[in-house]
Amino acid sequence: MGAPRTHEVARGTLPAMSTSQPTLAVLVDELTRALGKSSVLARPEELIAYEYDATIERARPDIVVFPASTDDVATVLRLARKHGVPVVPRGSGTGLAGGAVPVQGGVLCVLTRMNRILEIDVRNRTATIEPGVINLQLQEAVATHGLTYAPDPSSQRVCTIGGNVATNAGGPHTLVHGSTVNHVLGMRVVLPDGRATFLGSRVPDAPGLDLRGLFVGSEGTLGIATEIVVRLVPRAEAVRTLLAIFASIEDASNAVTRVIASGVIPVALEMLDREIIRAVQHSRDVGYPEDAGAVLLVEVEGLRETVEQQSAQVIEALRAAGALDLRIASEAAERERLWEGRKSAIGAIGALAPNFYLLDGVVPRTRLPEVMRGVEELSARYGFRCGNVFHAGDGNLHPNVMFDSMEPGATERVLALGAEILRLCIEAGGAITGEHGVGLEKRSYMEWMFGADDLEAMSRIRLAFDEAGLFNPCKVLPSGHGCASAHSAELTHHLATPGVYV
Amino acid sequence: MTAAPPIGFAGPDVPLLEDVRSCIHCGFCLPSCPTYLATGSELDSPRGRLHLIGAILDGRIEANEHVLPHLDLCLQCRACETACPSNVPFGQIMEDARAAVVAGPEAPRAWSLRALALRNVVGRREVLRAALAPARLATRFGLQEKARPWIRRAFGLRAPMLEAQLDALAARPFRRSGVLARPPEARARVAMLTGCVQGELTPRMHEATLRVLARLGCEVVAPPAQVCCGALHAHAGDAETARDLARRNIEAFEAAAVDAVIVNAAGCGAAMKEYPRLFRNDPTWLARAERFAATVRDATEYVTSIEGFDRGLGPIDAVATLQDSCHLAHAQGIREAPRRILNAIPGLQVRELKTPDRCCGAAGLYSLVQPEMSRAVLEEKLNDVEATGAEVVCTSNPGCTLQLAGGIVSRGLEARAVHVLELLDESYRARR
Repeated sequence: MGAPRTHEVARGTLPAMSTSQPTLAVLVDELTRALGKSSVLARPEELIAYEYDATIERARPDIVVFPASTDDVATVLRLARKHGVPVVPRGSGTGLAGGAVPVQGGVLCVLTRMNRILEIDVRNRTATIEPGVINLQLQEAVATHGLTYAPDPSSQRVCTIGGNVATNAGGPHTLVHGSTVNHVLGMRVVLPDGRATFLGSRVPDAPGLDLRGLFVGSEGTLGIATEIVVRLVPRAEAVRTLLAIFASIEDASNAVTRVIASGVIPVALEMLDREIIRAVQHSRDVGYPEDAGAVLLVEVEGLRETVEQQSAQVIEALRAAGALDLRIASEAAERERLWEGRKSAIGAIGALAPNFYLLDGVVPRTRLPEVMRGVEELSARYGFRCGNVFHAGDGNLHPNVMFDSMEPGATERVLALGAEILRLCIEAGGAITGEHGVGLEKRSYMEWMFGADDLEAMSRIRLAFDEAGLFNPCKVLPSGHGCASAHSAELTHHLATPGVYV
Repeated sequence: MTAAPPIGFAGPDVPLLEDVRSCIHCGFCLPSCPTYLATGSELDSPRGRLHLIGAILDGRIEANEHVLPHLDLCLQCRACETACPSNVPFGQIMEDARAAVVAGPEAPRAWSLRALALRNVVGRREVLRAALAPARLATRFGLQEKARPWIRRAFGLRAPMLEAQLDALAARPFRRSGVLARPPEARARVAMLTGCVQGELTPRMHEATLRVLARLGCEVVAPPAQVCCGALHAHAGDAETARDLARRNIEAFEAAAVDAVIVNAAGCGAAMKEYPRLFRNDPTWLARAERFAATVRDATEYVTSIEGFDRGLGPIDAVATLQDSCHLAHAQGIREAPRRILNAIPGLQVRELKTPDRCCGAAGLYSLVQPEMSRAVLEEKLNDVEATGAEVVCTSNPGCTLQLAGGIVSRGLEARAVHVLELLDESYRARR
């Protein structure tokens, strides 16, 4: 622990709550004795590889631990609590809201080594897994039984189920199947003080208050799930994927409403605009037309006959909405190719600009055309290129603002633009996040949506789980132990940005 | 951001900040990385390694004994490049980082020694042959069988690779040069890279490649002035020697005036197609390297480009599987060619591995330098191979073939490891 501790948060507003060096040294020692040398990192050079997630936020933890069991997790939490050190849970580090960035240092509890599938109960259609299991790994494991785990975030090849639970992750197929909260029956949870408990049950509809529902989506602020019981669904007999090509994003947005008004709810309804199409094609040829204004990726599934009939209805609606061209894929390989573009879209933008800011907001889908127009105008006003790739069926938009953080002032302007876009979502009757979570990124915007009483109520619930306020501090809520001053600094920053509060 | 100069990096090959910054930290590379899969640690992942290199460039950390082992544990298999949606040139960055370490004043002794050995043994044909001569002589008397228990005791995890290499020495080396085949009315004139270790350890690959090319109507030459391709040197951070070898090869193959330079070792082919990367600070050689690189073809790529390669094949009744050699699939982007060849062979049942494009742990010198991780990666591969029930394991690179051959022996599988072209050659000959 030679080098001085630094916490570099991109916005530069969050103060470090520093734990004293002697306390940390004792804690490292105790953790090492409990978990073994290979499960604890404490050198500054090593900690630096845990100062990030998939956002632009950065903050270095003081200690990284790799628990291997519920008991290990309990030990870590107990020891950290004893010394009054913050704890932040982390999965694969693919979060898009800074939720796993340890802004106040402390212990980063990395769950990637708890990656066993404990049980697949085919007849009851459930699986019991550890939090470090990768989403796709679970899907592949149950596929042999003709089953699937429905939530499929675009990062499913990498992201952990534990992280999915924390953020209540969605994905393209959320449109019909619902997000993670609809698929988790129960969880073994280690509470912030180190006690273990079980929330929910192994069968549907547990009696009592739905603490399971509360825990899913709590973004790692209420404890750590160490065993998760998920619901599995049968794989569809037939699947058809359609790619509809439109002249403009507005036409495509109108088509979304029209498809759903036709009476069919596709399992997925995704939009990619021109910038994204080009980014994807630049990265790898997945057969998207580069001259299109926008494309819609529509998937219907079910019994063979239903799919036949539903795709006919969808095709009719798409044509009526002005689709210039349609491509239809039934074979797995063709469908995968169409999806590959969607699933790699976010990363592909990385090749177009040194940095990008991926936003996540949600609006009623009928308001999509005007909101998308607003996003376009705002980006133009701020002088940034912006690509859109999103779950159109859910009205869950993801503008990607491209910029270069080395350009002075660019990061601040991008954040200001992001704030304005989210403001636009709220005004259209939507919300500041559709699926990525609030994390660190959006906690200051919570006040746009909730009154002081609401926030106070949430804060009290949180304190009921974590009375010390040391569990993933400074996330989700704009208040909490040691976070208030940081929050006011963030607020000043946003207030100082012209146009945010118009 | 600090403006301090990087500590522990030096020389002309320091990684470019713009390359490192092209990583957006999305993490898509993690599940493709064999070392991350083994340790579950961000430090042993592509994203983590890039972040460490970036932090060294920013002067936030030093390239010291706590950081370098994580860079050294990288297989340089480049599976992360295939997974990366942002096209981060990971292989280039890792080679640059290693070169910047080796060029630094405090390069770890092991790294410097490795570079020294590569420069003076692998890079110099006569020395390499002389170094292998005693072992080769021993195999003539069948001593490798007697040596086996001793090798296993003395070399532990390194033993399978060493045994495979020793077994390989029993075959007569391929040391031919000049005109190797001149069929009447040749359709093309091609040159073969005969390489450094390859002719010594896996001569049958060269013999098979030569017979296949000749059969398909190619005039085949092997310019005597050619040298080792320099891939291992570049991977180990000896960019200077890699450049020196690259210049000599470019001159040698230019003088041969051929339509294509055929390489049957995926690692060498990738390095030669990427010669331009070595000359980013040298415009004259850069242009020459680009022209040269455009003529390099992997043997499977070239063979499948010839119409009718799939005619006149005899049956091979066996179950086969294919290991996508990393530097063929990930570095050269070639996946179809070896499969087309195998699928063309009558009677051959081809069963895909579950993860055909995951490294086998050979990775050039890696199996000797990082025996534990290499063995862990190999064990996963052998599980995959065993599940297919394959009797023939095909690859497109000598290192992979030897690694798998060693693994097959150590696990007691009833299988053999060969280059795809060896099997194609067998099939042509089975017709006669």
